Amino acid sequence: MSPVLIQIALLVSAALFAIGVVGVILRRNAIVIFLCVELMLNAVNLSFVAFSRLLGIDGQVAVFFVMAVAAAEAAVGLAIIIAIFRHYEDVDVERFDLLKW
Amino acid sequence: MTEFLFFLFSATAVLSAVLVITRRNPVSAVMFLIVTLFSLAGLFVLLEAHFLAAVQVIVYAGAIMVLFLFVVMLLNLGHAAAGDFRGAFARMLAGAFGLALAGFTAWMVMGGQAPVPGAGGARVADPILPLLEEHGAVGAVAVPLFHDYLVPFEVTSILLLVAIVGAIVLARKEAP
Repeated sequence: MSPVLIQIALLVSAALFAIGVVGVILRRNAIVIFLCVELMLNAVNLSFVAFSRLLGIDGQVAVFFVMAVAAAEAAVGLAIIIAIFRHYEDVDVERFDLLKW
Repeated sequence: MTEFLFFLFSATAVLSAVLVITRRNPVSAVMFLIVTLFSLAGLFVLLEAHFLAAVQVIVYAGAIMVLFLFVVMLLNLGHAAAGDFRGAFARMLAGAFGLALAGFTAWMVMGGQAPVPGAGGARVADPILPLLEEHGAVGAVAVPLFHDYLVPFEVTSILLLVAIVGAIVLARKEAP
């Protein structure tokens, strides 16, 4: 594994993170926004694995904790989306303005 | 061969990630995110993280994405006709912000700002392959996980328990 390929992995990670940020800004569907957050978490995971190839196994251990936090976040977030859908019959984030000033 | 697979998985990951944020139908978006996650699992294998690749496929593509798909179908969002894209200002903001972020991180990587040992051509010892030969693919991760990171590992179990209880409380029928 040459350092050039690891740099390419880091570039792919940067691109995936930027795509996730663009998706969060661009979409209004709460579930698609959640998908983009998962995409950003996975971009960071790729960075961790690429750096662990150079700096030791600790990066791969960190990916485990990121995955556990992502699983917890997905469960609670989707439960919140279901609760909000029961109230508004919609998942458009622009309609969720109850806590907005 | 390694280089070819690396570029193939990288291109698949980025292209299907673009499709995730451009498809109107949430079911299509979930499916393309699964493609991205599988490509990332392939990249993990090429980066010698074999156990993480298996966990990526089983936990992420298997469990978490099924949860997403289940909620999309439970809420009957599969036929969004109008699309949910924001207006022209948000599109320009998103494009500018995304390009700035991608450009900045690419400059960090390519310009030598990120700490990449051996990027300048220097020889460095491989930190992963001796561990894989000594402990195997699972043991290489399990040994540090259960020695140096034992307390964070146990805290993670409490986090998951809290998440399960919270999800049940939030999503049940009567008001909590």
